[in-house]
Amino acid sequence: MSEQPPLQGSAAQDAEPVLPRGTTQQPYCDGFARSQAVRRVLASGRLPVAREWDPRMPVPAGAGIDRRRFLAAMVGGFATVYGAQRAGLTDGMLGDGIARAAAIRPTDSPILVSLFLQGGIDALSLLAPAGDPLYQRLRPTLAVAPGSGVQFREDPSLTWHPAATSLANLHNAGKVTVFPGIGYTDPDMSHFTSRHYWEVGATSAELNTGWLGRYLDVAGSASNPFQGLSLDGQMNPTLATARNPTAAIDQPNNFAVYLNGVWGDASEWTLETASRLGDNQRHSRDPAIKQVASAASEVGVVRRTLKPWSNVHDVSGSGPATNPGALYGSSVSYPAAATGDLPARLAGLAAMIAHGVPLHCVALTTDTQFDTHSSQQQTFVSGVQLVCDSLAAFQADLEARGLDHRVIIHVWSEFGRRAQENGSDGTDHGAAGTSLLIGSRVNGGMVGEFAPLDRLDVNGNQRENVDFRAVQCSLIEQWFGHDAAAVIPDARRLKRYRLIT
Amino acid sequence: MTESPLGPSPTAVYTGRFGEQQATRLLWRAGFGPRPGDVEATARLGMDAAVASLTRPAGRARLIGRPPHDEKGRPLDPLNVWGDDHCWWLDRMVRSDQPLIERMTLIWHSWFATSEEASSAKLMIRQNWMMRRHALGNFHRLLLDVTVDPAMLLWLNGNTNERGYPNENYGREMLELFTLGADRGYNQQDVHQNARALTGWTNDWSEARGPVNFRFDPQLHDNGVKRIFGKRGRFDWRDSCRLAVTHPTHASFFIAKLWGYFVGAELPQQTARELERAYVAGGFEVRPIVEAILRHPLFYEGPRLVTPPVVWTAGLLRASRQTVTTTSWAWIASLTGQVLFQPPNVSGWNYAQWLDTSRWAGRLWAVNTALQNHVLQGKHYHYGIHETNTEAYRHAIEFWGGLPLSATAQRMLLELGHRIGRGQTQDWQQVGFRQQRQNALRNLIPMTPDWMTA
Repeated sequence: MSEQPPLQGSAAQDAEPVLPRGTTQQPYCDGFARSQAVRRVLASGRLPVAREWDPRMPVPAGAGIDRRRFLAAMVGGFATVYGAQRAGLTDGMLGDGIARAAAIRPTDSPILVSLFLQGGIDALSLLAPAGDPLYQRLRPTLAVAPGSGVQFREDPSLTWHPAATSLANLHNAGKVTVFPGIGYTDPDMSHFTSRHYWEVGATSAELNTGWLGRYLDVAGSASNPFQGLSLDGQMNPTLATARNPTAAIDQPNNFAVYLNGVWGDASEWTLETASRLGDNQRHSRDPAIKQVASAASEVGVVRRTLKPWSNVHDVSGSGPATNPGALYGSSVSYPAAATGDLPARLAGLAAMIAHGVPLHCVALTTDTQFDTHSSQQQTFVSGVQLVCDSLAAFQADLEARGLDHRVIIHVWSEFGRRAQENGSDGTDHGAAGTSLLIGSRVNGGMVGEFAPLDRLDVNGNQRENVDFRAVQCSLIEQWFGHDAAAVIPDARRLKRYRLIT
Repeated sequence: MTESPLGPSPTAVYTGRFGEQQATRLLWRAGFGPRPGDVEATARLGMDAAVASLTRPAGRARLIGRPPHDEKGRPLDPLNVWGDDHCWWLDRMVRSDQPLIERMTLIWHSWFATSEEASSAKLMIRQNWMMRRHALGNFHRLLLDVTVDPAMLLWLNGNTNERGYPNENYGREMLELFTLGADRGYNQQDVHQNARALTGWTNDWSEARGPVNFRFDPQLHDNGVKRIFGKRGRFDWRDSCRLAVTHPTHASFFIAKLWGYFVGAELPQQTARELERAYVAGGFEVRPIVEAILRHPLFYEGPRLVTPPVVWTAGLLRASRQTVTTTSWAWIASLTGQVLFQPPNVSGWNYAQWLDTSRWAGRLWAVNTALQNHVLQGKHYHYGIHETNTEAYRHAIEFWGGLPLSATAQRMLLELGHRIGRGQTQDWQQVGFRQQRQNALRNLIPMTPDWMTA
């Protein structure tokens, strides 16, 4: 168990919370991402509705109640817990939620984090054959200039994109395995089909459970939703199970469950009833009832477990936190995100691991869409910079907390992009692309090879030399120590790579 | 026997009882849920007249009740203020007397999922009116208008798809997501040639107004011979749309996709064939197909469907006789997983998976907001001084329009009421707990699996 106080750097507790945007006179500016707006509202500590409190009730009066005091009023015992936290007592805060959940799975178990670079990232820009004249001809406006980035250690003809320098450094330190030609035979250039294949771990349109979801169904628990945690604010299909519970949150500090006009014990009982209704109906034969009931049932555990973070918020009011690491008691600085909150989600993840939340498989998606059909540079450069810097910060955070031996990150995208750029300063859908494994216990180096540009397929795309399903099989066996045949169809026919030291 | 206002259906017709249960399902799936009294009135009409009242509304839609406004009473400004576009359409869902027109517009929005991230609220609302015009109209004409719609041209790069430099983005999604389905009777060559046929659309950029002057420029169009689905010709964007809707796999794609928006049961093969034939014979008219689906036995007898977040949210307001009085709905929508004009990607929302822990919590925020002026507190100190637990339950059900819950949910909510009553032992609690009991029930009813599905 880490000894770091969990809530270091949390809210300046008595500052006036920022009003939610929707309730001020200030209109949203056009460039302000909607998700950011939501997170700010949640982070502001201010409920969206003005309240009127009965002064005869033993709760703080006035409409200006902030979230911290509101919680104190609402959740029995939370006020004491809050005081304990200020006094630096951390374990007391955890309550029985995490302790109970943690008992399900020992806290030194391995964790696999799946990061999806959505949209099909342009592998030929991430790791570019910059000196190849053919490459320069195929990419008259988009080519990476020779010498502009770090040279790739295993293949000197390749150059990392300058925006990926933090990743290149991590690779040179032996903490990144690179698959420069990953894909599958008969590539499908549809986002949805190709992404689905990766998510379900098979080139099949029919499967509707994710590859990590199926693993959790055979090796997981019937009572721990944190074993499969989506950090997208919604369920990530990679984690879709048929039976066992999973959870979806955004960041651990903004899983907010409030009742209107109910407080104290009554609030707790009401929320318990909601979850028990879910428990009662989650095995319904009607799939719609089952879907609602499962979510309601799992909310109970998630709510109790995340209570320690429920008042960790940024009250700076200046948009995205400049260093989301500080919110979560990290000693490492995470990059500030212009759009989205990938760094904050990773920082929150590191904090949850440090505090013993019983995680096993985690999945999240970039805010950046890498589907760069036009004006590719605008999206690609800032997107890659943010992803690489965030991953490097996360890895450093885990190392600083002494947790790096427990975690590896699987970074993937549905396909690479067409070798020849199109006429819109962009690239169309391609086939083989690049995938990564990051962590202190990965082998490092390169698996497979760069798919040469003079041997493109009939559609002008790079050909794969490593099957993504072989990597999934190898991970299940070497990282989880489980039989891949129980999870991945045709596992026996797929190759294995030595991925873990 | 009275004459059906709909005429014969091309496929099987439900012949069972059309009571309040069936009426409730129809009102949730072909609209935005019942207002108080709607269920009884719809059930009295009988199925055919009830369906016709939705599919054949007379004249222009009327918006019933108070116009939407923000929390300070100011009117919405959907073109200029962040989130007001969402609230503007939500209000139409709440107040329109032609709910199926709005519901079909929502279906087309997800079908041809376009996001304002690539354009603006102005262009999205322009597209929204176009889709509303075609709501129960003709799919071929809808496809033609979508193909050259400014928001779509920006979203899938149709405006930079030029002769000599084809951009495949729209040409591919048109076949994969809009008309045929992935890998159903086309290949990469067809995608490429389709992109060539679609060349020629462009626009100008204005410093002040952004993208303007969308037009077809023959200079930018590739006038050469293309080969699409084995046919050769000097095809243009109109030909591209015609070739797609007349492709042998289009009708089966269209019927299966439309069916999935309304019915939770698998589409039986025979029904599929009957609807496909009717759709093609009818020249791609949508209304007769929707009418056939809304009268199909599986519509009433099949499993339940999770009600999409924005439909459920509109339903909350309708059931409790409210209208849009806060713009908080815009950001709450993102917590629930459905922001209008911002579908997650070009394949639209995933109707098979609406709920998880995060979005369940988001829906509770929505209930919280719908109860903003409807929780008992302060001035209601003496609320329900003689209210029994059973009465409390009944009053809370009535608050949400009177829709009954399953026996399980009813039992557990009554138990909760007892517990809140028993738990109040302090003097000051003796009077006030009835407020909390009523508030607790009002919070939970729309969160039950019964209320979230239909």
